[in-house]
Amino acid sequence: MTATAEPSPLLEVRGVSKYFGNVIALKDISLAVAPGEVTCVLGDNGAGKSSFIKILSGVHQHDEGEVLVEGDPVRFKSPRDARERGIATVFQDLATVPLMSVWRNFFLGSEPTVGKGPLRRIDVGFAQQTMREEMRKMGIDVRDPDQPVGTLSGGERQAVSIARAVYFGAKVLILDEPTSALGVKQSGVVLRYVVQARERGLGVIFITHNPHHAYPVGDRFVILNRGKLMGDWRRGAIDRDELVKKMSGGAELDQLTHELERQLEAPEAR
Amino acid sequence: MMDAGRGSPGTAAAPAGAAPAGAAPAPEPVADERLANIGLGARLMRRPEVGSLLGALVICAFFWVTTEAFGTLSGIANWTDVASTLGIMAVAVALLMIGGEFDLSAGVMTGTTGLLMGLLTTEWGLSMWPAIALTFGFAAAVGFVNGYIVVKTKLPSFIVTLATFFVLQGINLGVTKAITGTVRVSGLGAVPGYDSAANLLSSTFSSYNFRISVIWWIAITALATWVLARTRFGNWIFAVGGDANASRNVGVPVARVKVALFMTTSTCAALVGIMIALRLSSVQAGQGIGEEFTYIIAAVVGGCLLTGGYGSAIGASLGALIVGMAFIGIQFSGWNTDWRFLFLGVILLLAVLVNNLVRHRAEGARR
Repeated sequence: MTATAEPSPLLEVRGVSKYFGNVIALKDISLAVAPGEVTCVLGDNGAGKSSFIKILSGVHQHDEGEVLVEGDPVRFKSPRDARERGIATVFQDLATVPLMSVWRNFFLGSEPTVGKGPLRRIDVGFAQQTMREEMRKMGIDVRDPDQPVGTLSGGERQAVSIARAVYFGAKVLILDEPTSALGVKQSGVVLRYVVQARERGLGVIFITHNPHHAYPVGDRFVILNRGKLMGDWRRGAIDRDELVKKMSGGAELDQLTHELERQLEAPEAR
Repeated sequence: MMDAGRGSPGTAAAPAGAAPAGAAPAPEPVADERLANIGLGARLMRRPEVGSLLGALVICAFFWVTTEAFGTLSGIANWTDVASTLGIMAVAVALLMIGGEFDLSAGVMTGTTGLLMGLLTTEWGLSMWPAIALTFGFAAAVGFVNGYIVVKTKLPSFIVTLATFFVLQGINLGVTKAITGTVRVSGLGAVPGYDSAANLLSSTFSSYNFRISVIWWIAITALATWVLARTRFGNWIFAVGGDANASRNVGVPVARVKVALFMTTSTCAALVGIMIALRLSSVQAGQGIGEEFTYIIAAVVGGCLLTGGYGSAIGASLGALIVGMAFIGIQFSGWNTDWRFLFLGVILLLAVLVNNLVRHRAEGARR
């Protein structure tokens, strides 16, 4: 997994910038995702993570720079466009329909059918069986395919989205804050899926504001701050504490600690 | 009579007594001890139409026992007749509601289409079948406009179709008065092609006068059930009503599905409007007004959530059956028929309470 020879990138971003009117959302971002590699994109709120994912997933278009898929320069017009090139994005809470069953969610939008003309119908048996197999590969035994997704845990719901993306041929998986709404245990579950996706040869872009979630699974860490790239480290080139520090803007954190200490001391002095 | 199709998608509540899902990270597939919990009872209870089935049985039994006429074949012909036209609309409205939208113009539309067909034939000299074809075309166009406005403006369909409702109500009265000088269009029986059209759409069969509309009702319920449970389009109906954003993200054509549903509703309204016009061989300008709420009540009684994404066609049909049985049952009991509104209010409230419970169970263990 942490190969010494750099594998060729599935998705590459070169000097990408994005402007919203006179606001610079992203400036000169470069990044590469190789198969079997997890690239963690870290950043605080407002760092430009969302704009970045939206460019990669086809929701927005970049204003400057290049996006390359397996070496070809591309410009995604829609999320569908991106998906067709093998870039699948799992949006945090906008990925599944809670009242629909697991298998219906799994195949939603790409339902397998049998029969012709007016008798064309969903191949329910195939859909249920495939969903079960794919979920099993992620380590989840779906006890009842007709169970609504809403009754699954948060982590399991992320797993449905991930398994679906993998099944439909995603080469690059973009996970948008998959752990932010989850508890500690569930976050661990999702991190396991991230590792599983990597081991199946996918390139994963894992967007998070939590360095403690990024550190155990990442092969590469990229920090965004105020729309700019603050650094790009391979695993081993940076340790956890340093990552945390870098992410929260090192000096700023020291400053904050200092200020807080002063404030806490102040009342006693009075 | 209507359990023809197996139902809508998995819409289950968590099997009673299942381990809370959030507590089980389950990284390795284990032979699952929770599997045993999904018995036949639980499977039945998770279906959206269970409540309406029980309700229908209770009401049927009540009037069957308390009145003499209710259980006779001609009595049955009577209440299935009321339920049939109501049921056709309830099914269409249920599909639309599952898709997350309302159509308040559905009731008045039955009047508009009946009047249009009447005017086309009696005033403008068309024979029956071309008039019927034009009427369907007109209805589909109105449905398209409803849907298009809702999808484009993202305004609540409640408001958009309320506007359509009043526009059509005004047109119905205004145009009818302007052309015929009265508030009705009559004389359809003399139009060429009336007999064949009436035969297909408004005749009766057997000596107890069962209406042909009952057959249409059952057929449409079966078709809608099949569409919901087994076709891609059906899957998309649940999806756009359940979460339009998530659906869009996975490539479901949300706008097209919604517009198609509005068109289905208005086309069904045309079918019912034509049926009623043919049956009476005349149309009142006020036909259908107020009915839209009865359709929605039937759909809700049948398990459709007001918030969309959940419901069934069979349920909506059972809801219509309940309303039909109650209307006729009240009449047979010799009570004042005005009491039926009280009845509608009560079953609506009961149904919404039950549905709320179902929804909480289905969405339950979110963590």
